[in-house]
Amino acid sequence: MRIVFEKRQTISNTAVVLVPVVSFIISLFLGGIILLASGVNPFVTYAAMARGAFGSWQVFTETLVKAIPLMLTGLGVSIAFRMQFWNIGAEGQLTLGGVAAAWVALFWSGFLPDWALLPVVLLVGMAAGALLAGVPAALKAYLKVDETLTTLMLNYVAILFSQSLYYGAWRDPQGYGFPGTALFPTAAWLPRIAGRAHLGLVFALIAAALLWFILKYTRWGFELRIIGENKTASRYLGINIGRNIVLALLLSGALSGLAGACEVTGIARRLQQGLSIGYGYTAIIVAWMAQLNPWAVIFVALLMAALLVGGDQVQMMMGLPAAMSLVLQGLLLFPMLAGALFTEYRLRIVRSTPQLQEARQ
Amino acid sequence: MNQSAAPLLQMRDITKRFPGVLANDHVSLELYPGEVLALLGENGAGKSTLMNVLVGLYRPDEGEIVVRGRKVEIHSPRDAAALGIGMVHQNFMLVETMTVAENIILGMPDLPFKPDMEAITARIRELSARYNLEVDPAAYIWQLSVGEQQRVEILKLIYRGAEILILDEPTAVLTPQEAEELRRVIQLMTAEGKAAIFITHKMEEVMAFSQRVMVLARGRVVAEKRTAETSPQELAQLMVGREVLFRLEKRACQPGAVVLEVRDLTAENDKGLPALRGITLQIHAGEILGIAGVAGNGQRELAEAITGLRKATGGSVHIGPHDVTNQPPLRAIQAGVSHIPEDRMGMGAVGNMAVADNLAMKGYRQSPLGTGGVLRYPRILEFARRMIETFRIATPSPQTRVKFLSGGNLQKTILAREITACGGLLVAVHPTRGLDVGATEAVRKLLLEQRDQGAAVLLISEDLEELLAISDRIAVMFEGQIMGIVPAEQATVEALGLMMAGVRS
Amino acid sequence: MIELLTSILAITLRAGTSLIYATVGEIYTERSGILNLGLEGMMLMGAVTAFAVAYHTGSLVLALVVALLVGAAMATIHAFLTVTMRANQVVSGLSLTLFGSGLASFLGQRLGPGGQQLMGLIGPKFTQLEIPVLSRIPVLGALFDQDILTYLVYALVPLAWFYLYKTRPGLNLRAVGENPQTADAMGINVTRVRYLYTICGGMLVSLGGAHLSLAYTPGWAENITGGRGWIVIALVIFAMWNPARAVLGAVLFGGINAVQFRLQAAGTHISAAFLNMLPYLATIVVLIVMTWWEALSKRIGAPAALGKGYMREEK
Repeated sequence: MRIVFEKRQTISNTAVVLVPVVSFIISLFLGGIILLASGVNPFVTYAAMARGAFGSWQVFTETLVKAIPLMLTGLGVSIAFRMQFWNIGAEGQLTLGGVAAAWVALFWSGFLPDWALLPVVLLVGMAAGALLAGVPAALKAYLKVDETLTTLMLNYVAILFSQSLYYGAWRDPQGYGFPGTALFPTAAWLPRIAGRAHLGLVFALIAAALLWFILKYTRWGFELRIIGENKTASRYLGINIGRNIVLALLLSGALSGLAGACEVTGIARRLQQGLSIGYGYTAIIVAWMAQLNPWAVIFVALLMAALLVGGDQVQMMMGLPAAMSLVLQGLLLFPMLAGALFTEYRLRIVRSTPQLQEARQ
Repeated sequence: MNQSAAPLLQMRDITKRFPGVLANDHVSLELYPGEVLALLGENGAGKSTLMNVLVGLYRPDEGEIVVRGRKVEIHSPRDAAALGIGMVHQNFMLVETMTVAENIILGMPDLPFKPDMEAITARIRELSARYNLEVDPAAYIWQLSVGEQQRVEILKLIYRGAEILILDEPTAVLTPQEAEELRRVIQLMTAEGKAAIFITHKMEEVMAFSQRVMVLARGRVVAEKRTAETSPQELAQLMVGREVLFRLEKRACQPGAVVLEVRDLTAENDKGLPALRGITLQIHAGEILGIAGVAGNGQRELAEAITGLRKATGGSVHIGPHDVTNQPPLRAIQAGVSHIPEDRMGMGAVGNMAVADNLAMKGYRQSPLGTGGVLRYPRILEFARRMIETFRIATPSPQTRVKFLSGGNLQKTILAREITACGGLLVAVHPTRGLDVGATEAVRKLLLEQRDQGAAVLLISEDLEELLAISDRIAVMFEGQIMGIVPAEQATVEALGLMMAGVRS
Repeated sequence: MIELLTSILAITLRAGTSLIYATVGEIYTERSGILNLGLEGMMLMGAVTAFAVAYHTGSLVLALVVALLVGAAMATIHAFLTVTMRANQVVSGLSLTLFGSGLASFLGQRLGPGGQQLMGLIGPKFTQLEIPVLSRIPVLGALFDQDILTYLVYALVPLAWFYLYKTRPGLNLRAVGENPQTADAMGINVTRVRYLYTICGGMLVSLGGAHLSLAYTPGWAENITGGRGWIVIALVIFAMWNPARAVLGAVLFGGINAVQFRLQAAGTHISAAFLNMLPYLATIVVLIVMTWWEALSKRIGAPAALGKGYMREEK
């Protein structure tokens, strides 16, 4: 008697919806075990987390604060993943976007009228992110260099570069010893719209709509989808694969760069440590959980942010380690990864009879 | 060959069924020590299936195998190896970054924890010398030519004590000189009492290598002869089965202007060997030019060079007034070429996308399906519905993903798209392969319709019947060259068979 | 001058030890065709569990054993997801990192005495064992004045190399990573090989983490690995999947760290930022060169089947 994975004849739509839901429940369950082992009541904890993320307007805005960069980078990453291009460099693209934004904010304010400063800041941030993504994309498209590691390595280059700047050349002389740049001129401050949550939220929603529209309704989106699904066919159909990969990655990097630019001009209003708490990596999980669907990315980003913020609250209230939410985040994916198999395959128990055995060979 | 001795191997009444197809129908075979037996047949005749049964990759539904007088059950390649039976597949099973010696001993039972590479290397050299299989045991596979890699595969079998060697289309990847070397190697082996079975569909290979030949067609043994007592023509006829019995209703050909002009085209295949060696042909509007030939003689490369999927190393391709030599595929498409590829699911369609989407994949760049960069879904759906009806594509809905369609319906979808988008030249590569009778007839009718409406059609097919039925002229390709072009009415299976075997008309 | 060189060598070796363990481990995993990006999380877990056990039991040996088990457990998750459930290897590895980092942080705040945090505590550690006579050799003497784990590394590397290139199981492993179809056809159990080496690799990675908390920077601190897990991924490429070359990369990284301190102290002008970035940039260059030079990449390159799942075709 054997358990065999059998390819499904039709894609099970119920599985596509059911798997994320069931996975979520399973991970809550697993997390609950860890909570129990720490001597805490899981139900109380989860309730407190939910309240901590959504319970009041104030905490909700804090959830939004964490959600916005996740939304933008998640959208960026999802575009890349659609092309089967594993862009692990969102963290670096975000960081470089922040650096470029800081550069404009700190040094170009003399050359630009006030009304133009912020838009230029954001545009340059996007350009920086795009550039950092474009290089690995070109390397892949034209030299066939594997993108997983080039994007990953560039993360470090960007982060170290950023550090060297706010620790060194751009350091605020009046900073009381804290590493970081001077405060940006107010003309370069991104307006906040709800608590500390800034205009980036609007950008994220617009980006999601744009992405959705591009993928579903435009010729370019059609070509991107085809390339991602079947490269050989896309070549046969006359689609220019190399150029499209680079363009898509420029867009991907630009979104992450925008996230960085918004964070730096909307939250701290200076370039300093803590620009990103691993948003670029979490974004990968967000994109994947959302199955690369732009609207789902928005929703999942919010969920992840809730985990983070709710976890913070719970930590303060119940003395749980702050890392609890990170653990839960990590746990979320395992059941999902395992479950993804079931959308394509079905489990069957096979008894070894002679005919079946031969049929299986 | 020593036929007075007992047979080394007997396969009796082997029957193997797959869903929808009877691959082997009570096939019996005998192999004597010291002989080379050729298994000849077209693609799908059942040769590979039979041999896969012998090496333990398939289990037969009926029948038995007797090795050296004892009935045996072969459940896996390891069992076969233990009985002294080994196979050299068409796709070599070699690890490129390891040495020859490492590949030879890989996976051998009873290999010690630390293999004594010196002893192994010495033994390999010994066998190498004995059978004229020159190869450096310390060389890495990626450094070797294809011919040398094949030698490694054969050494692998001999090293493990194989007495019965099965070779699957061995000369497909060899130059003529290398093929001759292989012939000598096999001679050396059979002189010692080993025996070999050759799977092939090339007549000249049969004549050169074997002492006996068995012809398979549609899962059955059609004939068994001594090679010395037959000829390529006879074999060709046996392979195809009969003279063509019917021809489709065909209007007289009224050729118009030249649509496709290929001059002295040369190109290489994936392995870097020459595949096209100076092809010159023309196709006029309103005619079908069929390309006959055994698979592997450059047909695929020809289709790819014309459609921009393969680089040409010399010569030119003109479609109408446009020079599309070495231009990207988009150029050929814009010049009016439609391509029905050999690999339907891998190249011709995107499995995970809807039927409607697939149908739109040629027309989406222009109106009405796509205007100003935006896709118009209502129009795409309407177009899809029309296509589904016109071409009788059986699908639950236009939104069904194409990978769930049957082979015939997938082909119809591709045809619908390509025919509708066709701007003058239609390149069809093995369009009816693997399709049932109904779908086959439908496809052939569609090709004829296109020709009647003035398109030029390049039809590449292994089915001589098909070529004779619908082509206006037939060209035969052999080893990258055109052996001759004859009007279809005057062509006979024998004449074509001769050309397919390399004899110029 | 000799003093300087000796101390640089000493620091380099100390810094490099944990990297070598992890790099050799990941080399083995990747040789089987599995990409494990969860190293950062696994090293953190190895560090925190090893220190906690050492602190509470006083036994360094037990601490190492636990670290090995923890590494094995985490690697098993990854193996199960990627080999059996055919999940995306990149995403699985990343979630392992996220989960592992979070859990390590969590444990770090709970595994101290009375459920308090581990940070700031002083526990048992591996001390340096000087080998008499040999340790007096100028410069090279630094090799012989290290802790046990470093001495073990001296043995690990040649053994790892020998196993991979000279033994039958090593041959099978290389075949699986290069061409699982062929390996399968030759009778090798691809699934078993992938599980085995992913888990063993994970154990070594975790051990690398344990070295940090038990020897290099004794104790526990948040982010004690400082991104080493990611560096190891780069080092594996740098080593071109050859355990002997792993030393080269680890030494380079460790050396850069050591040299950087000295250079800054000596007031030279080479930007610290540039030195820090060097390994990552170097890796990209190596990748480009390797991919471009096809011959090189066929001979010493990524295992051809790395990152791609394998399931036998049903007939």
